[in-house]
Amino acid sequence: MKTAIAFACGILFAVGLGISGMLQPAKVLGFLDFFGAWDPTLLGVMVGAIPIYMLAWWRWRGRPSIWGSLVPTKASQVLDARLVIGASLFGIGWGFVGVCPGPAVTNLAAPSVFTMSVLAAMLAGIALSFLVPARVK
Amino acid sequence: MIGSAAAALLVLTGKTAGVSGIVDGALRGESGEWRWKVAFLAGLVAGGLLLAWRMPAALAETSPRSMPWVIAGGLLVGFGARLGGGCTSGHGVCGIGRGSLRGLVGTAIFIAVGALVVFLLRTFA
Repeated sequence: MKTAIAFACGILFAVGLGISGMLQPAKVLGFLDFFGAWDPTLLGVMVGAIPIYMLAWWRWRGRPSIWGSLVPTKASQVLDARLVIGASLFGIGWGFVGVCPGPAVTNLAAPSVFTMSVLAAMLAGIALSFLVPARVK
Repeated sequence: MIGSAAAALLVLTGKTAGVSGIVDGALRGESGEWRWKVAFLAGLVAGGLLLAWRMPAALAETSPRSMPWVIAGGLLVGFGARLGGGCTSGHGVCGIGRGSLRGLVGTAIFIAVGALVVFLLRTFA
Protein backbone atom coordinates (compact mmCIF):
# COMPACT_ATOMS: atom_id res chain seq x y z
CA MET A 1 0.00 0.00 0.00
CA LYS A 2 2.78 2.37 0.99
CA THR A 3 4.47 1.73 -2.35
CA ALA A 4 1.28 2.47 -4.30
CA ILE A 5 0.69 5.69 -2.35
CA ALA A 6 4.26 6.83 -2.95
CA PHE A 7 3.82 6.17 -6.68
CA ALA A 8 0.55 8.18 -6.79
CA CYS A 9 2.09 11.04 -4.78
CA GLY A 10 5.02 11.07 -7.22
CA ILE A 11 2.62 11.50 -10.15
CA LEU A 12 0.74 14.34 -8.44
CA PHE A 13 4.04 16.00 -7.46
CA ALA A 14 5.35 15.82 -11.04
CA VAL A 15 2.16 17.26 -12.52
CA GLY A 16 2.39 20.08 -9.97
CA LEU A 17 5.98 20.76 -11.04
CA GLY A 18 4.87 20.82 -14.69
CA ILE A 19 1.92 23.17 -14.20
CA SER A 20 3.94 25.57 -12.06
CA GLY A 21 6.79 25.87 -14.59
CA MET A 22 9.48 24.32 -12.38
CA LEU A 23 10.44 21.90 -15.16
CA GLN A 24 11.66 24.75 -17.35
CA PRO A 25 15.18 25.90 -16.53
CA ALA A 26 14.62 29.22 -18.33
CA LYS A 27 11.72 29.98 -15.97
CA VAL A 28 13.63 28.91 -12.86
CA LEU A 29 16.60 31.07 -13.86
CA GLY A 30 14.14 33.95 -14.42
CA PHE A 31 12.88 33.45 -10.86
CA LEU A 32 16.47 33.65 -9.60
CA ASP A 33 17.17 36.79 -11.63
CA PHE A 34 16.36 39.19 -8.76
CA PHE A 35 18.53 41.94 -10.18
CA GLY A 36 17.28 41.71 -13.75
CA ALA A 37 13.97 40.80 -15.35
CA TRP A 38 12.72 39.06 -12.20
CA ASP A 39 9.88 36.61 -12.80
CA PRO A 40 8.26 36.14 -9.36
CA THR A 41 5.59 33.64 -10.48
CA LEU A 42 7.43 30.61 -9.06
CA LEU A 43 7.00 32.09 -5.58
CA GLY A 44 3.48 30.75 -6.02
CA VAL A 45 4.89 27.22 -5.67
CA MET A 46 6.04 27.90 -2.12
CA VAL A 47 3.09 30.13 -1.24
CA GLY A 48 0.74 27.41 -2.46
CA ALA A 49 2.51 24.32 -1.18
CA ILE A 50 3.74 25.35 2.28
CA PRO A 51 0.36 26.19 3.90
CA ILE A 52 -1.24 22.94 2.68
CA TYR A 53 1.69 20.93 4.01
CA MET A 54 1.77 22.92 7.24
CA LEU A 55 -1.92 22.29 7.90
CA ALA A 56 -1.56 18.55 7.29
CA TRP A 57 1.51 18.32 9.52
CA TRP A 58 -0.08 20.36 12.31
CA ARG A 59 -3.16 18.16 12.31
CA TRP A 60 -1.30 14.82 12.18
CA ARG A 61 2.03 15.33 13.91
CA GLY A 62 2.90 12.73 16.50
CA ARG A 63 0.07 10.46 15.33
CA PRO A 64 0.33 7.28 13.33
CA SER A 65 -0.06 7.92 9.64
CA ILE A 66 -2.79 5.93 7.91
CA TRP A 67 -0.64 3.21 6.30
CA GLY A 68 2.82 3.79 7.66
CA SER A 69 5.02 5.11 10.41
CA LEU A 70 4.42 7.94 12.87
CA VAL A 71 4.16 11.43 11.43
CA PRO A 72 7.28 13.21 12.76
CA THR A 73 6.64 15.68 15.60
CA LYS A 74 9.70 17.86 15.46
CA ALA A 75 11.64 19.43 12.67
CA SER A 76 15.33 20.17 12.90
CA GLN A 77 16.28 23.56 14.33
CA VAL A 78 20.01 22.81 14.02
CA LEU A 79 22.14 25.26 12.09
CA ASP A 80 25.63 24.04 11.28
CA ALA A 81 28.45 24.38 8.76
CA ARG A 82 27.16 21.40 6.80
CA LEU A 83 23.87 23.19 6.15
CA VAL A 84 25.50 26.46 5.17
CA ILE A 85 28.07 24.87 2.84
CA GLY A 86 25.61 22.37 1.36
CA ALA A 87 22.87 24.94 0.70
CA SER A 88 25.46 27.35 -0.79
CA LEU A 89 26.79 24.68 -3.18
CA PHE A 90 23.21 23.76 -4.06
CA GLY A 91 22.46 27.45 -4.76
CA ILE A 92 25.51 27.77 -7.02
CA GLY A 93 24.51 24.66 -8.97
CA TRP A 94 20.89 25.79 -9.17
CA GLY A 95 21.99 29.15 -10.57
CA PHE A 96 24.17 27.35 -13.14
CA VAL A 97 21.56 24.98 -14.47
CA GLY A 98 18.09 26.02 -13.24
CA VAL A 99 17.11 22.45 -12.36
CA CYS A 100 16.64 21.02 -8.87
CA PRO A 101 16.30 17.30 -8.00
CA GLY A 102 12.52 16.85 -8.53
CA PRO A 103 12.52 18.32 -12.04
CA ALA A 104 15.78 16.50 -12.89
CA VAL A 105 14.01 13.17 -12.31
CA THR A 106 10.68 14.22 -13.86
CA ASN A 107 12.38 15.41 -17.05
CA LEU A 108 13.47 11.81 -17.66
CA ALA A 109 10.07 11.61 -19.38
CA ALA A 110 11.41 13.93 -22.10
CA PRO A 111 14.82 12.41 -22.83
CA SER A 112 17.30 14.74 -24.48
CA VAL A 113 21.03 15.32 -24.22
CA PHE A 114 20.29 18.14 -21.79
CA THR A 115 17.88 16.31 -19.48
CA MET A 116 20.07 13.16 -19.39
CA SER A 117 23.21 15.19 -18.65
CA VAL A 118 21.60 17.04 -15.74
CA LEU A 119 20.27 13.84 -14.23
CA ALA A 120 23.55 11.95 -14.66
CA ALA A 121 25.54 14.84 -13.14
CA MET A 122 23.11 15.13 -10.23
CA LEU A 123 23.26 11.40 -9.50
CA ALA A 124 27.05 11.60 -9.61
CA GLY A 125 26.92 14.54 -7.17
CA ILE A 126 24.72 12.57 -4.78
CA ALA A 127 27.01 9.53 -5.06
CA LEU A 128 30.03 11.77 -4.34
CA SER A 129 28.34 12.94 -1.15
CA PHE A 130 28.51 9.34 0.12
CA LEU A 131 32.27 9.84 0.39
CA VAL A 132 31.85 12.62 2.95
CA PRO A 133 32.23 10.93 6.35
CA ALA A 134 29.05 10.92 8.44
CA ARG A 135 30.95 12.67 11.22
CA VAL A 136 31.59 15.65 8.96
CA LYS A 137 28.21 15.29 7.30
CA MET B 1 -0.64 20.24 -6.14
CA ILE B 2 2.94 19.92 -4.92
CA GLY B 3 1.75 20.76 -1.41
CA SER B 4 -1.08 18.23 -1.64
CA ALA B 5 1.25 15.52 -2.91
CA ALA B 6 3.74 16.12 -0.08
CA ALA B 7 0.93 16.38 2.49
CA ALA B 8 -0.71 13.17 1.26
CA LEU B 9 2.58 11.28 1.52
CA LEU B 10 3.04 12.60 5.08
CA VAL B 11 -0.47 11.80 6.31
CA LEU B 12 -0.80 8.45 4.55
CA THR B 13 2.70 7.06 5.14
CA GLY B 14 4.45 9.34 7.64
CA LYS B 15 7.24 10.01 5.10
CA THR B 16 8.83 13.24 3.95
CA ALA B 17 8.65 14.21 0.28
CA GLY B 18 12.19 15.53 -0.07
CA VAL B 19 13.24 14.52 -3.56
CA SER B 20 17.02 14.61 -3.00
CA GLY B 21 16.70 12.43 0.10
CA ILE B 22 14.47 10.03 -1.81
CA VAL B 23 16.98 9.72 -4.67
CA ASP B 24 19.75 9.28 -2.10
CA GLY B 25 17.92 6.45 -0.32
CA ALA B 26 17.00 4.78 -3.61
CA LEU B 27 20.65 4.90 -4.77
CA ARG B 28 21.94 3.45 -1.50
CA GLY B 29 19.30 0.73 -1.48
CA GLU B 30 18.40 1.81 2.06
CA SER B 31 16.76 -1.17 3.77
CA GLY B 32 13.01 -0.93 4.37
CA GLU B 33 12.87 2.45 2.64
CA TRP B 34 13.96 1.96 -0.91
CA ARG B 35 10.71 0.41 -2.14
CA TRP B 36 8.55 3.45 -1.47
CA LYS B 37 11.40 5.74 -2.58
CA VAL B 38 11.78 4.00 -5.94
CA ALA B 39 7.97 4.03 -6.30
CA PHE B 40 7.87 7.79 -5.68
CA LEU B 41 10.58 8.37 -8.31
CA ALA B 42 8.73 6.11 -10.76
CA GLY B 43 5.65 8.24 -10.03
CA LEU B 44 7.59 11.39 -10.89
CA VAL B 45 8.57 9.92 -14.26
CA ALA B 46 5.01 8.64 -14.83
CA GLY B 47 3.73 12.15 -14.05
CA GLY B 48 6.29 13.47 -16.52
CA LEU B 49 4.97 11.09 -19.18
CA LEU B 50 1.43 12.29 -18.44
CA LEU B 51 2.63 15.86 -18.97
CA ALA B 52 4.45 14.88 -22.17
CA TRP B 53 1.13 13.52 -23.44
CA ARG B 54 -1.29 16.27 -22.31
CA MET B 55 0.92 19.32 -21.76
CA PRO B 56 4.19 18.85 -23.66
CA ALA B 57 5.15 22.52 -23.32
CA ALA B 58 5.61 21.99 -19.56
CA LEU B 59 8.67 19.78 -20.08
CA ALA B 60 12.00 21.24 -21.01
CA GLU B 61 14.36 19.49 -23.36
CA THR B 62 16.87 22.29 -23.61
CA SER B 63 18.47 24.86 -21.39
CA PRO B 64 19.62 28.44 -21.79
CA ARG B 65 23.01 27.28 -20.45
CA SER B 66 25.80 25.53 -22.32
CA MET B 67 26.98 22.03 -21.44
CA PRO B 68 29.85 22.80 -18.99
CA TRP B 69 27.45 24.84 -16.82
CA VAL B 70 24.85 22.11 -17.05
CA ILE B 71 27.26 19.39 -15.86
CA ALA B 72 28.82 21.52 -13.13
CA GLY B 73 25.35 22.65 -12.02
CA GLY B 74 24.00 19.11 -11.83
CA LEU B 75 26.98 17.92 -9.79
CA LEU B 76 26.72 20.80 -7.33
CA VAL B 77 22.94 20.45 -6.99
CA GLY B 78 23.27 16.75 -6.14
CA PHE B 79 26.26 17.08 -3.83
CA GLY B 80 25.05 20.27 -2.13
CA ALA B 81 21.56 18.94 -1.51
CA ARG B 82 22.92 15.87 0.30
CA LEU B 83 25.56 17.76 2.26
CA GLY B 84 22.99 20.35 3.37
CA GLY B 85 20.40 17.66 4.02
CA GLY B 86 17.73 18.90 1.66
CA CYS B 87 16.71 20.54 -1.60
CA THR B 88 13.86 22.73 -2.73
CA SER B 89 11.20 20.20 -1.71
CA GLY B 90 12.80 18.88 1.50
CA HIS B 91 13.93 22.20 3.00
CA GLY B 92 11.71 24.56 1.02
CA VAL B 93 8.32 22.89 1.35
CA CYS B 94 8.47 20.14 4.00
CA GLY B 95 11.08 21.82 6.24
CA ILE B 96 9.46 25.25 6.30
CA GLY B 97 6.01 23.62 6.49
CA ARG B 98 7.02 21.94 9.75
CA GLY B 99 8.46 25.09 11.21
CA SER B 100 12.06 23.94 10.80
CA LEU B 101 14.62 26.68 11.28
CA ARG B 102 17.12 24.49 9.40
CA GLY B 103 14.75 24.29 6.42
CA LEU B 104 14.09 28.03 6.45
CA VAL B 105 17.78 28.99 6.64
CA GLY B 106 18.73 26.39 4.00
CA THR B 107 16.08 27.74 1.62
CA ALA B 108 17.08 31.37 2.22
CA ILE B 109 20.72 30.47 1.50
CA PHE B 110 20.14 28.58 -1.73
CA ILE B 111 17.75 31.17 -3.15
CA ALA B 112 20.13 34.03 -2.24
CA VAL B 113 23.21 32.22 -3.60
CA GLY B 114 21.30 31.13 -6.73
CA ALA B 115 20.23 34.74 -7.37
CA LEU B 116 23.81 35.94 -6.91
CA VAL B 117 25.13 33.33 -9.37
CA VAL B 118 22.48 34.23 -11.97
CA PHE B 119 23.42 37.89 -11.58
CA LEU B 120 27.16 37.17 -11.93
CA LEU B 121 26.65 34.94 -14.97
CA ARG B 122 24.43 37.53 -16.67
CA THR B 123 26.96 40.26 -15.98
CA PHE B 124 30.24 38.47 -16.72
CA ALA B 125 29.56 35.34 -18.75
